[in-house]
Amino acid sequence: MSQMKPKHQRMTLVIFAMIAIVAAGLIAVWALRNQANYFYLPEEMAATPPQVGQPVRLGGMVQAGSLITLADGVTVTFRVTGNTQSAIAVRYSGILPDLFVEGSGVVAEGSLQSDGSFLATNLLAKHDENYVPKELEGLEGHDAQDKVAETTIGL
Amino acid sequence: MIAEIGHAALWLAAALAILQMVSGALALREAEGAPSPYALYARPAAVVQAFLAVLAFGTLLYSFAVTDLSVKLVATNSHSMKPFLYKLTGTWGNHEGSMLLWVAVLALSGGLLAFAERRLPERTMSATLAVQGFVAMGFYVFLLFSSNPFERLPVPALEGVGLNPLLQDIGLAVHPPTLYVGYVGLSVAFSLAMGALITKAVNPNFAKVMRPWVLGAWVFLTFGITAGSYWAYYELGWGGWWFWDPVENASLMPWLAATALLHSVSVLAACDALRTWTIMLGVVAFSMSMLGTFLVRSGVLTSVHAFAVDPERGTLLLILLALYIGGSLTIFALRASSIAEGKRFTATSREGALVFNNVMLCAILAIVLLGTLYPLLTEAFDVRVSVGPPYFNPVGAIFAIPMFVVMAVGPLLRWKDDKVARVQPELAVLAAVALLVIALVVFLGDYPLLPILGLALASALALAAFLPLRGRKLTRVPTATWGMVVAHFGVAVALFGMASEGAFTEERLAAVSPGGAEEIGGWTVQLESVDPVSGPNWTAIEARISASRSGSEPVILAPQARNFWSPPQATSESALLTRWDGQLYAVIGDGAGIGPDGQQRWQLRVWWKPFVTFIWYGGVLVAMGGILSFIGRLQVDLRRRKAARLGAERRMDQAALALSRTATEPAE
Repeated sequence: MSQMKPKHQRMTLVIFAMIAIVAAGLIAVWALRNQANYFYLPEEMAATPPQVGQPVRLGGMVQAGSLITLADGVTVTFRVTGNTQSAIAVRYSGILPDLFVEGSGVVAEGSLQSDGSFLATNLLAKHDENYVPKELEGLEGHDAQDKVAETTIGL
Repeated sequence: MIAEIGHAALWLAAALAILQMVSGALALREAEGAPSPYALYARPAAVVQAFLAVLAFGTLLYSFAVTDLSVKLVATNSHSMKPFLYKLTGTWGNHEGSMLLWVAVLALSGGLLAFAERRLPERTMSATLAVQGFVAMGFYVFLLFSSNPFERLPVPALEGVGLNPLLQDIGLAVHPPTLYVGYVGLSVAFSLAMGALITKAVNPNFAKVMRPWVLGAWVFLTFGITAGSYWAYYELGWGGWWFWDPVENASLMPWLAATALLHSVSVLAACDALRTWTIMLGVVAFSMSMLGTFLVRSGVLTSVHAFAVDPERGTLLLILLALYIGGSLTIFALRASSIAEGKRFTATSREGALVFNNVMLCAILAIVLLGTLYPLLTEAFDVRVSVGPPYFNPVGAIFAIPMFVVMAVGPLLRWKDDKVARVQPELAVLAAVALLVIALVVFLGDYPLLPILGLALASALALAAFLPLRGRKLTRVPTATWGMVVAHFGVAVALFGMASEGAFTEERLAAVSPGGAEEIGGWTVQLESVDPVSGPNWTAIEARISASRSGSEPVILAPQARNFWSPPQATSESALLTRWDGQLYAVIGDGAGIGPDGQQRWQLRVWWKPFVTFIWYGGVLVAMGGILSFIGRLQVDLRRRKAARLGAERRMDQAALALSRTATEPAE
């Protein structure tokens, strides 16, 4: 490389940079297809369940009357419903998000277990009056009142 | 009245931006070297525009300070009972205000450039100011037509709505302004790059003018990201310091590009190589700033940073984005071939290593960019995905690991041409250190691969950072070199903190009744009591937790679960106990019912994070390195100017002497 003409050196640099960037792009696309965390509604999860242990996100409404705190005081179980009657049982250990109550919307990050229940590692709930996780927009049972609140706040 | 003055100032500033753009562009029509009658206006326009934009921001600041509830923005984002500091910081805690801050900083840096920069050829300067005016104009249009911060309410509100409590924090006073200065500093680098490209003046002289702007922007970005990371860490109460949240990525991407640009502009200034590459990076860096602003401000992302969702704004920002990025890439494509090749260098030289790491930084940038945009793209096809650490960490590491290796070796190499054999002893020592650390960590326990590699690389890098000083007289090392040493050492320190946090963090989650204790990472954590407390605009339950290590004096921690009432929101205030070797992080949750012993129990979550603070110490060191380097360059520059002035004076004296001699000679 030491006796290269400047023009050739520039070409070499351009080619090296292109190869690296294209490689980065290809690796990224390949990894994204494998690692991206897909979002499921309960009825979708019931119909076409993801592989056991694959990280996914489950979104829906916390079914009224289903929220139970287990004896250890930090593990909760509840059922998540979507637009249909199908419900998925969810288990979560940790401090609940601030506005997490029965009837509220929730997005659970975690994976499906072999017994058909969902083990959540993280729960995202409405984090203030103005904010609804994007995945839950347009979900039934969540709207009227909230939509009004959302569109009127600040007026 | 005050708000109207601000509004008018903003309109005038926009008009001046147009004047600056037009006069700068018209000046280019004159032939090389010929004075242009139009060039006269660009500099004063930029300076006055800076004054007006800052005035506009000042009036908004005043409206927030006195809580003028007839201004819509104040009414929707402030509250008369809010602490005074948060009234002020609330000025930029919303969409319109933060965009006004953006524009004010943009105008201010443009004014500074026009006022202070005298080294560039006048033609290049005109082109630069024209581009700067063009960029500013776009944002004035955006501000005035879709996000007017000075809009009045027909009837003044009785009381303000308040500020999102997450944003009621000292972090907000620091984090956005520093990031904005960084973003906007890159706009000057971009304008300079475009100016040099248009006037075909890409040379070391131009690089020396560009370097302080890049360096300054980069220092601010580094501070901003470090502060933002620490803020998220203690404010969100999730125990994490980086979430690969799109908004975080939006600040990381310009930083990556600026880091690459910083190194390449130094090569251009020092040995006249990497001309085209530097210009390209200038375009990429500012494009990333723009993209970051778009992602955060357009409402395509839902997060605490997305203050308002308004499709019109998003569209307008997207048009600006396309215009600037598309326009600059077009100019680049048309003009790139006209840049003469710079000086040559071999693969095993300082430049070679810098180029390699520049490319690695760009590859990491590409990975972060794709990971950030992928969910937005799939959403267009109605597939909802999220991309998180399982993607970013391993895929980023593929390029980050070679980068750290070359970063350890590169500064040991000579410019232009060198042999690896010359630095073989140093390489052997570094490799030995890395392998020793790997062996030690694997011996200690079963840890994930990436943190182990991180610990090894961090140790080797920490040592390598100081190797360039070997055999030199420390008092004679230039300040800029110290800057490099400190910054590289800072990277090693931060990497060590990240890897250590990743490998050794311990977590305990339990329902504890008062009096109950938990063991974690050598600490005994006891819940003493839980009481209600209240603050100026919130109520909370506060836990008193005593933490002691190996029988030492216990320290009291008081995490809170707060409820704000305006606007109503609950937040979790973590409590931190910092020791030199790590942090104890405690969060209190809800009541967890009655325990078997008949007492009320509370959810308690505690982490012991060894050396986690090194992440932010490292970030601060990196920024300090940047400051040292900045000072070093400034010293050299001032010394050179002084030498030039003295030289000129001496020549004048001699000429005067000679003249007087010839004048007096005939008299003799």
